[in-house]
Amino acid sequence: MTVANIEVSETPLMLYALRRADDALILGHRLSEWCGHAPAMEEDMALANMGLDLLGQARELYTYAAKVEGRGNDEDKFAYLRDVRQYRNLLLVEQPNGDFARTMVRQFFYAAFADLYWRAMMASSDPTFAAIAAKSEKESAYHVRHSSEWVVRLGDGTEESHRRAQTAIDDLWAYTGEMFAVDDGERGLIDAGIAIDPATLKARWLKTVTGIVNEATLALPKSDWMQQGGRVGSHSEHLGHLLSELQSLQRTFPGATW
Amino acid sequence: MATPNVPLWEVFIRSRNGLAHKHVGSLHAADATLALQAARDIYTRRGEGLSIWVVPSNAITASDPSEKGMMFEPAESKIYRHPTFYDVPDEVGHM
Amino acid sequence: MYTQALNSSDGDDRGVEDVARASQFQARIDADERIEPNDWMPAAYRKTLTRQISQHAHSEIVGMLPEGNWITRAPSLRRKAALLAKVQDECGHGLYLYAAAETLGTSREELVDAMLSGKAKYSSIFNYPTLTWADIGTIGWLVDGAAIMNQIPLCRCSYGPYARAMIRVCKEESFHQRQGFEIMVTLCRGTAEQKAMAQNALDRWWWPVLMMFGPPDQVSQHSDTSTKWKIKRFSNDELRQKFIDATVPQAEFLGLTIPDPGMKQNENGNWVHSPIDWDEFKQVLAGNGPCNRDRLAARRKAHEEGAWVREAAAAYAEKRKSRQLAQAAE
Repeated sequence: MTVANIEVSETPLMLYALRRADDALILGHRLSEWCGHAPAMEEDMALANMGLDLLGQARELYTYAAKVEGRGNDEDKFAYLRDVRQYRNLLLVEQPNGDFARTMVRQFFYAAFADLYWRAMMASSDPTFAAIAAKSEKESAYHVRHSSEWVVRLGDGTEESHRRAQTAIDDLWAYTGEMFAVDDGERGLIDAGIAIDPATLKARWLKTVTGIVNEATLALPKSDWMQQGGRVGSHSEHLGHLLSELQSLQRTFPGATW
Repeated sequence: MATPNVPLWEVFIRSRNGLAHKHVGSLHAADATLALQAARDIYTRRGEGLSIWVVPSNAITASDPSEKGMMFEPAESKIYRHPTFYDVPDEVGHM
Repeated sequence: MYTQALNSSDGDDRGVEDVARASQFQARIDADERIEPNDWMPAAYRKTLTRQISQHAHSEIVGMLPEGNWITRAPSLRRKAALLAKVQDECGHGLYLYAAAETLGTSREELVDAMLSGKAKYSSIFNYPTLTWADIGTIGWLVDGAAIMNQIPLCRCSYGPYARAMIRVCKEESFHQRQGFEIMVTLCRGTAEQKAMAQNALDRWWWPVLMMFGPPDQVSQHSDTSTKWKIKRFSNDELRQKFIDATVPQAEFLGLTIPDPGMKQNENGNWVHSPIDWDEFKQVLAGNGPCNRDRLAARRKAHEEGAWVREAAAAYAEKRKSRQLAQAAE
């Protein structure tokens, strides 16, 4: 018996939940890769805590996606039995950990968005989303706090940490635009009051990011070219490797329960 | 080369409102902000706290255990500070 | 996680110290009083505890690696969350223990450097590889099971900070063993391939786990002082026996065979194991286990690659301090 990829019926609401679930899983997975290898033991604790928060968000969102879809899929089928082209996460979150500066800048860019996003989503007319948002907002707020403190310390620390933090910003900047993009399906959900328009968050996000980056004596790139594609399954090369690791047992022993 | 020392902080946690902060352990952090966050991540993973204090370990002045006699024994003989020292007739009831 | 094998004490050199103070100290121990950081204590007591607590801490930190090896490959999201939380707990336990060790007067940096340089030991068990998912179940079930046997008596250890750290660790660790056993139950109720995976993991881990309790009592040299100081409350063999007796019925429940065909139950109901290969134990402690080099290399890499981050935090703290001073002077 071989395990094919599951089929997914991407209706607008289902896809909306799936995309956010994928963001949380992939970023949580990236953070979990640090476990046992962080620059200080105190930071090992912090990275794992943020990873666990995201993993928890992913599970709730997958479960909701499965419910909306109603085809017998579940959190594990979504996580373990979809190929890279079926994943719908932002390109930002799949970027490799790199050094600690890159991990923290990635975390900061995402959390600064997620915090605003979940806070706004607490007003969603969809009660499940509103409930997930209420929990995720608090978690994201702490992720902003923690990652921004580190961005400031790395930027305004030593020459080496400054250089590393600036490189991370320069390399990751082009992946931030995708957070604010909306397609037709999502537009319908926004009109229905289920989703919020992320474009309305952009000015505040930029204000937070600029404030911290300035405090850190760093600079945002001039370029406004933004990479897109994660939301429709056009990923970077990195995601395939992440998935081959994440899914290895499920793919090696088809149909087994763990 | 020896690893340079990172400052040591003592951590105190209030587990719920109405209780005092209690010493739970220590941690290392470069500054107070990081110390507070580390305390949260290390000592409150299971919802143990509602409030955290972090204090630089070297800011604590401790009594010397070898002076225990001089410091604490004089208080032991002052039994008249305790309510049981005084006789109140049973008929009066609880006082 | 922990190993009794490391509980060896540094003799008793109180001959060179104040005899009266030493006997007062022993009287306090005999009266079941707790010793606290600033109390007078014999140098050998301090040295023994510093070594034991720091080695215990090193074991927690190195112990993150074999299980951490499977976090990114955990086969379901539920298992992934549980494993990440468990390995994170081990880091937390390492930190509680370093904090306790530091109260004896040696800095954590110094203790960690001793581990990274290979001078300080950590539990031999973490020098074995985790080859399959069943190893994660087996570690939780047996390695944590053995650790708990060992750690519960340490909650009553004579040194206050160590005892308090162990109380916290034991409370938190109660989920670790159950987590492992649940994995084993699932595997043993799964496909034939999964069950074989579980049996194979038990076959590989059984003897190294028995070694965690340390050499047999008749050759264990330092136990006397540790017992007298109420650091150690049970002998290696006593704890090993307790562990085996608790584990045999669990293996039976799982339908797994303990890889010791010579093991028999005696008239007291205790399971008597066949001789343990202590040469293997000595080799692993001497650095020749299958993963010793990998484990140390991984810890050194994290430490060295983290240096610039720690330097940045220190530099920033300095800058902030001088800015605050400048501001106050205005």
